[in-house]
Amino acid sequence: MITTDVLIIGAGPVGLFAVFELGLLDIKAHLVDILPKRGGQCAELYPEKPIYDIPGFPIITGQGLIDNLETQIAPFNPQYHLGEMVTSLVSRGTPEAPRFEVTTDAGTQFDAKVVIIAAGGGSFQPKKPPIAGIEAYEGHSVHYAVRKMESMRGKNIMIVGGGDSALDWTLNLKPIAKRITLVHRRDVFRAAPHSVNAMRSWVAEGAMDLIIGQVTGLDGADGVLSSAVVRSDDGTEQKIACDALMPFFGLTMKLGPIAEWGLNLHENLVPADTGTFETSVPGIFAIGDINSYPGKLKLILSGFHEGALAAQKVHRYVYPDKKLAFQYTTSSTSLQRKLGVA
Amino acid sequence: MVDITFTDAKGTSRTVKAEVGATVMETAIRNSVPGIDAECGGACSCATCHVYVDEAWLAAVGPAEQMEEDMLDFAFEVRPNSRLSCQIKVTEALDGLKVTTPSKQG
Repeated sequence: MITTDVLIIGAGPVGLFAVFELGLLDIKAHLVDILPKRGGQCAELYPEKPIYDIPGFPIITGQGLIDNLETQIAPFNPQYHLGEMVTSLVSRGTPEAPRFEVTTDAGTQFDAKVVIIAAGGGSFQPKKPPIAGIEAYEGHSVHYAVRKMESMRGKNIMIVGGGDSALDWTLNLKPIAKRITLVHRRDVFRAAPHSVNAMRSWVAEGAMDLIIGQVTGLDGADGVLSSAVVRSDDGTEQKIACDALMPFFGLTMKLGPIAEWGLNLHENLVPADTGTFETSVPGIFAIGDINSYPGKLKLILSGFHEGALAAQKVHRYVYPDKKLAFQYTTSSTSLQRKLGVA
Repeated sequence: MVDITFTDAKGTSRTVKAEVGATVMETAIRNSVPGIDAECGGACSCATCHVYVDEAWLAAVGPAEQMEEDMLDFAFEVRPNSRLSCQIKVTEALDGLKVTTPSKQG
């Protein structure tokens, strides 16, 4: 069990900057993010795209902003738990002295005085193809990720997609699979050229199959897959025997377990007080794109403001006996010491 | 302003006014047209604004560029007339454009 002042759910720009505002008030934070990297949408969806509305930066890329934020918050030594999704949150305190026991899907447990939800548009999760009946096979025969390679040994595996995930798994599973069939909608692959070349030479040798088309149907019984129907652009369909299907269509954002925490969600957003950004549950705050209030704008700059205000109220929970004196980083030696510049 | 008609997977059509210079995706979002998610807000990074362009309008709309074609790999039920609506700029020549949204975006 990790004990922390604050647990921040989401390591996007708003979650990262909250570390800064909390840090100035001597409040320590751990961050959890489902992505294997920091930066949320900025890093996952538009790392190279320019952003024009960050105050003080006429132009900055998504990744550039995240890199700067990491530098800015480094003095406060935030602890990251990446590639993990918060699955449960249990209240162990009182409204006056809140405490939360928070658990991730990797089994990491936190004992936090305060939880700040900075989850943006929700957690990034694999896109699921709209193939009729696919849910019945998920977990047993349909996999969006592989945790144990060995579980795929000796199987007829169908991999769908044309990017690095699809090609990497084709290469990784080829030695242990009975047969690999790669299905992609066009004969052009976005994946790294050396992976594509390796795949093409195996196909030429007859060591694996490549089909240009899209999966339109699945056959099997009791959650166990036996074959998949692949349709080509000319409308012809073929049935391919397979006992594992791995679709790689990128990621999409889903709200996830937050919906079950009693936060009176409104249209999948968490209502928050505009003076403190606290939710209807004392000790749980919501900042950034995930919250809602009258006049809300989903801007990164709004999320920064929300984090600064939330930190003031968080201070009352973390240091109930201390009075908070407002200070500026330009003039306060005490703040400058925390930042390592004085 | 020009007219664009969006038809969803169930066959319900909505005709809305589109500003020349905006994208077809922006037009859909501004008019609360269902069936377009546009998670990334128009950065050609998510493939959740996928539409099928009516065959009669394919020439006027033109082909997808390579980045868009790559991103279409993340869409479902892709057809030869599939486009990402964030990459279609509204022009006077597209007055009357008809597009259909797929059964699922993300």
